[in-house]
Amino acid sequence: MAGGRFHEKHKNQLWYLTLRQFLRHRMAVFGMLMMTAIVFAVVFVDQISPYDPETPDLSNMLAPPSLVHPLGTDELGRDMLTRSLYGGRVSLIVGVFAMLVAVTLGTLVGAVAGYFGGVVDNLLMRFTDFALAFPRIFVLILFAIIFMRPPFSDNPLIVLVFDALYKMPVARVVFVIGILGWMDVARLVRGSFLEIRNLEYVESARVLGAGTPRIMIRHILPNALGPIIVAASLGVADAIISESGLSFLGLGIQPPTATWGNMLKNALDQIFAAPWTAIVPGFMIFLTVLSINYIGDGLRDAFDPRKIK
Amino acid sequence: MGRRPSAHGLRMKYTFILRRLLSVVPVLLIITFATFALMQLLPGGPLAAYENNPEISQKDIERLRHEMGLDQPIHMQYWAWLKNFAQGDWGYSFTTKRPVLVEIWDRLPNTLYLTGISLIVALIIAIPAGILSATRQYSLFDHITTTLAYVGRSMPVFYSGLLLIIIFSIWLRWLPSGGMHTLGKEFSLIDSLRHLFLPVLSLSTLIAAKYVRFLRTSMLEVIHLDYIRTAAAKGLSERVIIYKHAFRNAAIPLVTVVAIDLPVLFAGALFTETIYSWPGMGRLFVDAATRFDYSVVMGIVAAIAFLVVVSNLLADIVYAILDPRITYS
Repeated sequence: MAGGRFHEKHKNQLWYLTLRQFLRHRMAVFGMLMMTAIVFAVVFVDQISPYDPETPDLSNMLAPPSLVHPLGTDELGRDMLTRSLYGGRVSLIVGVFAMLVAVTLGTLVGAVAGYFGGVVDNLLMRFTDFALAFPRIFVLILFAIIFMRPPFSDNPLIVLVFDALYKMPVARVVFVIGILGWMDVARLVRGSFLEIRNLEYVESARVLGAGTPRIMIRHILPNALGPIIVAASLGVADAIISESGLSFLGLGIQPPTATWGNMLKNALDQIFAAPWTAIVPGFMIFLTVLSINYIGDGLRDAFDPRKIK
Repeated sequence: MGRRPSAHGLRMKYTFILRRLLSVVPVLLIITFATFALMQLLPGGPLAAYENNPEISQKDIERLRHEMGLDQPIHMQYWAWLKNFAQGDWGYSFTTKRPVLVEIWDRLPNTLYLTGISLIVALIIAIPAGILSATRQYSLFDHITTTLAYVGRSMPVFYSGLLLIIIFSIWLRWLPSGGMHTLGKEFSLIDSLRHLFLPVLSLSTLIAAKYVRFLRTSMLEVIHLDYIRTAAAKGLSERVIIYKHAFRNAAIPLVTVVAIDLPVLFAGALFTETIYSWPGMGRLFVDAATRFDYSVVMGIVAAIAFLVVVSNLLADIVYAILDPRITYS
């Protein structure tokens, strides 16, 4: 690494060491560059593309790839590349927000289980194990259809929640994926808390009179952050696959709003007439998930204290 | 291995297995009860179909609700369901009017056939690939294998499935794009194998990618242990060392991984069945869920929970038998 004042000033700080370790992971840097490109394209698609993602162009239905439409058009004449990028907005937003829900829940469950131990730990972890053992896609589908209908209850709170989720498909999918994705994070966080809670500095904080919430949040959580960040990055990939899976089955976000999943479903319905419609949205999912997985692996190495040189 | 377990050890083993068997029951009860309770959240309930029917008054619906026991507290309803379930009465599908047990029985063998063969194919691919890439670490083969495993891990099965259809059914026209056999044709082995090929390929690559990564790591750990060096120092051939000494120990945890990843296999099967119009349980579940066909959904969840729990249990038992070091607590 090149020297310079920044290097001199920060060379012993943990975050700096972590960053340097991350940048040494070639595939992680590749993933980072790919993700930057994808996010850039998705954010600025309305500036880049002359087409609208939802307006049909009936003179150009199912056109194969050409100079005007580099990746062809779908059954309503909409440009595939444009739609894939707009679809990326929805898929990435769902991925990030579902991950946030999952990580928050998982950290909460894991922190409580790890910090208090004993019966609480036992109960929470039994529940986590059992939630992990069951094929998640079946529960995802079940949850997805439960919230796809207008509310049906006398309880005003349930009506409020159901109604909101029913009317906002993106929020619904985020919610459903988020509340079913916390188990891995919970296990990791529990492990770290179990380890850290008995360290001397935690003990001294307690002696100094810090309350339980303060110890958990201010003293233990920052030192458990590494694995959480790794799990969070991989969680985005997981959530994107779950969203596209649900939308692929027709149970996620519905057309005309494009997402990678519902575009693939559309492609399956007309696979013989227009095979090219399957290639782009799927490739976008693949590329995003691959990049995120590489980033996650790079982060895992970077946060591993044994590997920092 | 090779050492015979003592009588005491054997007894420990049996109590361990028995205890694990008994611990399965509450898990199954919790899964089915949770699903049952969730279904109550669904709008409408089993009578939803009648609610928009002008011929049926609200009063009739109330009467039906009472007759069907739907106005009772949820644990009572669950208890009634459980009693019937245990006696083989799994209810009727609203859409086909056939017994749920018959519906599932029609589809379950197809799913087990698809997942079973995919699992075997995945192991046939993953075991040699994992061993070779560990023993020739950082070779070209290792790089290609790890990259492919990475690609496989990031490729959703509903995309690889579509790509395989595009390549093999549309461009090359070699293989059919869906179904279990050609409609209206007499059964032939070749025909059914041709239909099996693509679904198995997409499902097995999905899980093979995971197994390869795991086996490679686990082999690398074992290879650096002392007893392997001893074996090499004794002058045993590389073949014997790798396949007889190293692989055996590296493969034990693979049993657990296969069991833990069963949900992935079933989830993969659900998508594979949807893409290739395979008449299995996954597709039945999606269809039943979209039609709010409660009893079918309930039956499938119970069946899958049972399969997963039982195979986890089997893996534990196999693990306990294979690995003499394990403690039975």
